[in-house]
Amino acid sequence: MIRVQAMPFDAGGELNRFAAEVDGAGAVVSFTGVVRDVAGGLEAMEIEHYPAMTEKALGAIRAQAVQRWDLADALVIHRFGRLEPGEGIMMVATAARHRRDAFEAAEFLMDYLKSRAPFWKKEITRDGAAWVASKADDEAALGRW
Amino acid sequence: MNVLYFAWVRERIGLPVEDVTTSAATVADLVEELRGREERYAAAFADTSALRVALDQELAEFDAPLAGVREVAFFPPMTGG
Repeated sequence: MIRVQAMPFDAGGELNRFAAEVDGAGAVVSFTGVVRDVAGGLEAMEIEHYPAMTEKALGAIRAQAVQRWDLADALVIHRFGRLEPGEGIMMVATAARHRRDAFEAAEFLMDYLKSRAPFWKKEITRDGAAWVASKADDEAALGRW
Repeated sequence: MNVLYFAWVRERIGLPVEDVTTSAATVADLVEELRGREERYAAAFADTSALRVALDQELAEFDAPLAGVREVAFFPPMTGG
């Protein structure tokens, strides 16, 4: 399942629901991305996205993961709009018969979400606002898949 | 066609979307045309290696043809996750 939303999500509740709905999975892995503080004091993070492309891109990334690993299911939630420090930005959860598939697929989903899903982060500090630059490491991370 | 801008590209150009009538054959031709319009476009498109483009919501290259394309989007590398 893919969800793109402005509203906060409850990572624990989402994970419990996800785990309860999959059959025959011996392994459930999840990752939650959280807005962290930055030098200068982060007041907020603004996430812009490209609505017409977002669900399409996330759906394609999820479909690739499901095809490549033996997954019972995969969940992706990503927020947009204004977020405060400490709030969850996104989460992925994967369920599989065996843990290796669940771990690898979750990492694959994270690596692709970072560089191939149309979201852009802007950090608002007391000193002003700045778009987060992409990292060469994030692009390089795709190479291992 | 609809041309969309996101993140700092949108800020530099000063609008999120516009309807552009063009006979540009490729994305690169369209970029060249936009650059010639005004300083704010020239600034936004100064270095296309810092930009990404999507055609009808799919990532594409700058040499991709525009024939049949309805929506072009320009943006910096994505920073999701």
